[in-house]
Amino acid sequence: MAVLTAKPPVRRSLPQGAARRAVGRNLTAYGFLCGALICFAFFSWYPMIREIILSFQSTNFVDPAKWVGFDNFRTVFADSAFRSAWLNTAAFSGLALVVGYAVPFVLAVVLNELRHAKAYLRFVVYLPVMLPPAVGVLLFKWFYDPGAGLFNQILHGFGIPPLSWLDSTSTALISLVIVSTWMNLGTGTLIYLAALQSIPGELYESAELDGAGLFRRVWHVTVPQTKLILLVMLLLQVVATMQVFIEPYLLTGGGPENATVTVAYLMYQYAFNFGDFGGGGALGLMLMVVLMVFSAIYLRVSRDNQT
Amino acid sequence: MTTTLNPPPLLKATTPAPAPRSTRRRKKERGYETRSLVSPMSLQTLRGKVIYWTILVVVVIGFTLAFVFPLYWMVTGALKSPEELAQIPPSFFPKHFDFGVYADAWDQLQLGVFLKNTALYAGGAWLFTLAVDVTAAYALSKLRPFFGKLILGLMLATLMIPPMVLLLPTYLVAKDVPLFHFDLLNTPWAIWLPAAANGFFIFLLKRFFDSIPRELLEAAEIDGASPMRILWSIVLPVSRPILGVVSILSVVTVWKDFVWPLLVLPETDKMSISVGIASLSAQMPQNVLIASLVIASLPTILVFFVFQRSIMAGLTAGSLKG
Repeated sequence: MAVLTAKPPVRRSLPQGAARRAVGRNLTAYGFLCGALICFAFFSWYPMIREIILSFQSTNFVDPAKWVGFDNFRTVFADSAFRSAWLNTAAFSGLALVVGYAVPFVLAVVLNELRHAKAYLRFVVYLPVMLPPAVGVLLFKWFYDPGAGLFNQILHGFGIPPLSWLDSTSTALISLVIVSTWMNLGTGTLIYLAALQSIPGELYESAELDGAGLFRRVWHVTVPQTKLILLVMLLLQVVATMQVFIEPYLLTGGGPENATVTVAYLMYQYAFNFGDFGGGGALGLMLMVVLMVFSAIYLRVSRDNQT
Repeated sequence: MTTTLNPPPLLKATTPAPAPRSTRRRKKERGYETRSLVSPMSLQTLRGKVIYWTILVVVVIGFTLAFVFPLYWMVTGALKSPEELAQIPPSFFPKHFDFGVYADAWDQLQLGVFLKNTALYAGGAWLFTLAVDVTAAYALSKLRPFFGKLILGLMLATLMIPPMVLLLPTYLVAKDVPLFHFDLLNTPWAIWLPAAANGFFIFLLKRFFDSIPRELLEAAEIDGASPMRILWSIVLPVSRPILGVVSILSVVTVWKDFVWPLLVLPETDKMSISVGIASLSAQMPQNVLIASLVIASLPTILVFFVFQRSIMAGLTAGSLKG
């Protein structure tokens, strides 16, 4: 095979041959790249530009689009749901951090100490992550049912009066946080677990010899050793939770009384319910700016620690 | 380093993201040598043992209640009649095992159509993603064209932009592709093309290809193999682990996706399973809806059972080393 397809010996000394080979290599390379370039150009790079254009234009997709300056932003600012959307998104992210940030770390620390049933526990904690999000959310919608839903049945079992969960302004948002945390807990736990396994045992050994108790060992060995991954996960979680859409879309539709409207959901509503892509684009651009700050910190952190 | 006779050990050493199984095996071999937070000595004492077993039992029961019980409740809930579902207090086991509800869900919600659609979207996206991203990563890693660094940088920069904020402009592109004026709505291409524009996959693949020794490829080049031939017969066979990770991730991502198929596949006959169930959920009796949730979650759970290793490898590959 090799003999049959062999080319005449390459003349390395000639600069002309080298140039021709460089051109050939580039042609082949761009041939290989063209599929990806087309996909990225149409579905990643161009939409970024289009997002900016969209938010400064007014368009109904029939007449040519008009440049309207900051009109879309003014419309959105004047909307009473705008303030709720940002407050809810911030509250959702904050609550998700309170509930969902420390818990996976604690779980990972405990799991790392166990010598039995490890495979089972690792499998089980990741099960909800594997469910399609729509399935998980609809499942919890049934659990939240104020009548015979699982959660009120459990409360009833403990003699606690039932809650109205999604139907009350005071519990709706936290209900969304609970679903979201349940579905995403496994990711953090397994990532922390992998990070914990790379901590050298000697560190714990010497800390113990110095008389450090269990909690001091966690605080002075485990946490500093996993500092980077803790920080990275914090940023990733903020970026992920601030995009929350599916939970309000499927569970509450933004209600009751805008208590669960989020920025992403409001953006969807502007575009697909009100037909105002300009307003939706303006919201998207604002969200993009906020999230890119976190993304930039994330990049900075991970780059600083690589070198 | 000049010899290419023994690439496997060299590759193994530079292979990113070792599979979890290998770490587990290594742990067992080392036995008592490794220690973590709690010293093995304190576990030998009676008090240590009691505490350890208490915590173990609490954790196992807690995890089962938190993560398995909801799924048990879902599977059994589907088998209960609507009256039994509404009863207080609830029954722990269904009174009758009526599996007919699964058949009802299958027919009434046309789950067969939705599953077939989703398989088409996920399978096509998988093939398309591999074809596009592998060739691109190979070109960027080994052929190194002019502006290669810039292109890679632009591709990785897309990771900084959360997908949700580009939802509207990307939808407008799919609705009316610039220059060509195709309408991709309600066609599989609306899923396949954006799925391939994945900077993370390019990153994973390129990093792996970078670790393949140059000498191996140069030897083939001297033998007269074309770049395509080198990719197919040398690069792909040694890249099996990373191809596995990328394959699983791409299939699972498309399968689980909700927002994008919700927008670009509005026709009922074209919907993916998640969107289909969500949009028909309001009209269904409770038990039929739950049965359809069970059916919808089976494929991904099965994939997880079978490909657990690749999935977890992909998870850790994306975290710290990113």
